[in-house]
Amino acid sequence: MSGNLEVGEKMARNYEMVIGLEVHAELKTETKIFCGCSTKFGAEPNTQCCPVCMGMPGTLPVLNGKVVDYAVKAGLATNCTITTHSKQDRKNYFYPDLPKAYQISQYDLPLCEHGYIDISTGEGEKRIGITRIHIEEDAGKLVHHEKYGTMIDCNRCGVPLIEIVSEPDMRSAEEAVAYLEKLRAVIMYTGVADCRMQEGGFRCDVNLSVREKGAETFGTRTEMKNLNSFAFIAKAIDYEFKRQCETLENGGEIIQETRRFDPDTGKTYSMRVKEDANDYRYFPDPDLPYIDIPAEKLENLRGEIPVLPDERRRIYEEKYGIDRKTGGLITGDREVADFFEETASRTKYPKTAANLLTGEIFRLFSGEEREIRISGESLAAIADMAGDSYINSSTAKRLVREVWENGGDPMQIVRENDLAQINDEAVIRDKVLAALKERPKILEDYKKGKTSAAGALTGAVMGLTKNKANPEIVNRVVKEVLEG
Amino acid sequence: MRELTKYSIEELSRLISRKEVSAAEVTQGYLDKIREKDGLIGAYITVTEEAALKKAAQVDRKIAAGEELSPLAGIPGGIKDNMCTNGVKTTCASKMLENFVPCYTSTAVERLEKMDYVMLGKVNMDEFAMGSSTENSAFKITRNPAAPDCVPGGSSGGSAAAVAAEEAAFTLGSDTGGSIRQPAAFCGVVGMKPTYGAVSRYGLVAFASSLDQIGPVTKNVTDNAIVLNAISAHDGLDATSIPGDRPDYTADIGKDVAGMRVGLPTEFFGEGISPEVKDAVMAAAKAYESLGCEIVELSLPSLDYALSAYYVISSAEASSNLARFDGIRYGYRSEKGATLDEVYRYSRTEGFGPEVQRRIMLGTFALSSGYYDAYYKKALQVRTLIMEEYRKSFETCQFILSPVAPTAAYRIGEKTENPIEMYMGDIYSVPVNIAGLPALSLPCGRTEDGRPIGMQLIGKPLSEGLLYRAGYAYEREFGGR
Repeated sequence: MSGNLEVGEKMARNYEMVIGLEVHAELKTETKIFCGCSTKFGAEPNTQCCPVCMGMPGTLPVLNGKVVDYAVKAGLATNCTITTHSKQDRKNYFYPDLPKAYQISQYDLPLCEHGYIDISTGEGEKRIGITRIHIEEDAGKLVHHEKYGTMIDCNRCGVPLIEIVSEPDMRSAEEAVAYLEKLRAVIMYTGVADCRMQEGGFRCDVNLSVREKGAETFGTRTEMKNLNSFAFIAKAIDYEFKRQCETLENGGEIIQETRRFDPDTGKTYSMRVKEDANDYRYFPDPDLPYIDIPAEKLENLRGEIPVLPDERRRIYEEKYGIDRKTGGLITGDREVADFFEETASRTKYPKTAANLLTGEIFRLFSGEEREIRISGESLAAIADMAGDSYINSSTAKRLVREVWENGGDPMQIVRENDLAQINDEAVIRDKVLAALKERPKILEDYKKGKTSAAGALTGAVMGLTKNKANPEIVNRVVKEVLEG
Repeated sequence: MRELTKYSIEELSRLISRKEVSAAEVTQGYLDKIREKDGLIGAYITVTEEAALKKAAQVDRKIAAGEELSPLAGIPGGIKDNMCTNGVKTTCASKMLENFVPCYTSTAVERLEKMDYVMLGKVNMDEFAMGSSTENSAFKITRNPAAPDCVPGGSSGGSAAAVAAEEAAFTLGSDTGGSIRQPAAFCGVVGMKPTYGAVSRYGLVAFASSLDQIGPVTKNVTDNAIVLNAISAHDGLDATSIPGDRPDYTADIGKDVAGMRVGLPTEFFGEGISPEVKDAVMAAAKAYESLGCEIVELSLPSLDYALSAYYVISSAEASSNLARFDGIRYGYRSEKGATLDEVYRYSRTEGFGPEVQRRIMLGTFALSSGYYDAYYKKALQVRTLIMEEYRKSFETCQFILSPVAPTAAYRIGEKTENPIEMYMGDIYSVPVNIAGLPALSLPCGRTEDGRPIGMQLIGKPLSEGLLYRAGYAYEREFGGR
């Protein structure tokens, strides 16, 4: 990287990136795709495998029907057409983590095709096409050991995956991340996958090319494999975009290859050049019959799809007047949306509840795990008190934190700790005058035209009232007093 | 009393259950026979003498306790060495798996075990079942008991030779393109290639998954049906296993065949067939006529393409099925490899014999991008044609009568230098696998110098019972090894 700013600006003006994403999501079936072994994460190496998933000679795969059901649900939730007569194919290649030396996947008849999801970014709404969703088996894991060398853990062998291939419809890291967030949410809504990124339950390969703006054909693309955090994905995309632009600007050529993103340096590195010789020799797996999905079964599965994020967001907007951004945040996670709906059904002020949820509770989530440690009833009670001006907004936030940390009944906490909002103007006026008496300089500053002095006085008043004063009334009275 | 190894399964079973002989005596009789003859014949790769005697003693205890016995209780059998047997080496006659001991048992063998058969050992074969003479075994040559300077056929040469030499009351073989029927014909015994999906393939080390089928090799037709009764059943471990119950395959044995129509496909008697084989099979047709059958001439024009289609499909599937033998987890591993690629390359080059390597390369080529449509896809189209032709044939006849192979057993070494000539010998047997049909191979005469000649009766899917009925009708009137 030259880091040349001029080149950088020129790039941004002249080039655009074209991104297609391949996502592997692990289905949460109890057992593996072709045998009865457990899929549970985190077991001791090679304790969840058998002759079948280890590909021992003579063993045969038998498809777990749940895998098909789950994949079809993912397809239905992403507006795909379901292939009612599909097959499984062998993808042949040698690697030590692949015991049969072929992966059972789907080639020309994937279970789901021609879907889409809608995303929204700063640029507005956009529809991203989904080319296909197919089922396949996961490979094992190579463990590199200082003393013993490379070892194989077969626990992952045969864990069912869906691969979701997007159209090359994304033009920025922001769009790519928005797509991934939305896709993850939709899949989690259907309940077919946990999408735990840290455990590799939701991994992403990024295909990226650049082209001059307005060009019709795509440039040569590179592939970045197995990115497992949205932040890394965004960084990898931005770096790779710059790298490709610079290469082209400097008269170079993009090589079709697989690149590895290093989170420590924020750069991507060439792993291997994808030669034409990399021929997977796909052919229909003769051990497995066609997968037929009867119409009745398809309808049953359709009936099991819950109300999805976009629809919920629309309902929130219509019913509660919740803006799209807040609605988008709430519906990003099914548990959160369910929690919100429960809360909303119990409060007179769903919008206040929504703001407390996205403003305060989202801050309390730690990492990926979105465990909600407050009941819908409690949040509804807090929203009611705030909406009725019985407590002010900062008390409401404080209450959320208090109940989250220590539990308890919000109403009781307010009563016991005397947290009710002071709405009496006379009382507030007294406090304002008292504060001004303590800090006369505020008035001098204000008279000199320093408007921030008003803020200082408000702060002082809130301090004197232990944050309980109604901020609107305080603001008004402060202004009146200072204007004198 | 005759020598115990001369008895049929039916007879042995009666003797054992009436306590006229003990299971231990029967097993010892066969073990003695193996000791006496196998030095010359070379049917066995592994003889499990100790386990066999232990099992026989266990059966004798059951008899003493008055427990009910299965038709195979105490009957000694041999298993082709490509069927996994828990705790017993399963080599596929390959250096690659020379020391491979599985920790699971193939379904077919497990079913035999449940019926208290006695396993004598594992029998020789062409490496990974690729070949027609058992000369491709990495370990030894098997000789034809009827003509010891000749091959026993293949790939289940050990299975057929063991039964012919009375070194087993029965054996299991596997048939991908004739590998049960042709050695049965060469050695003068009875072999059945069941309908695809009739017998579970679980635990059978795969050669060509869409063609492989396990079947019995026996002294006579009735024995064959008894063994098929034991091994044929739906198996949840094999997704290509036909669902539902199986009929009693012995049920129609003994019924007459008068009024049946027997199809004779003209293409099976054309160029390339030896006059002796042709005459013997034609004589069998006459024999059926004398039993009241009507002979109808048939045409199966796609036969011309069957062999090519077979070698494309079977090699393509084999190239993928055998990819797992990479020297990483089990099996042969070359000392030479320094990098991962070298471990793969040297292990596979040193571990596989030339015929296996030839087929892997052939199959890899046929599946390669740019060639897939011209070879694999085309072969699948031929497969559809052949199936359709057979289906039509069975509208005009109950079963088809044809030679198994163009010649009787040939001399050891005669065809090893010319693989194509060896492949040509499969021409009459492969269409049956391509169409997934059952076919029974049984003796129908001998050459002037005494080499056995076999014929095959081909039926529509799941018509094994009818084939046994027709085979038995011939055997009773004209047979005799």
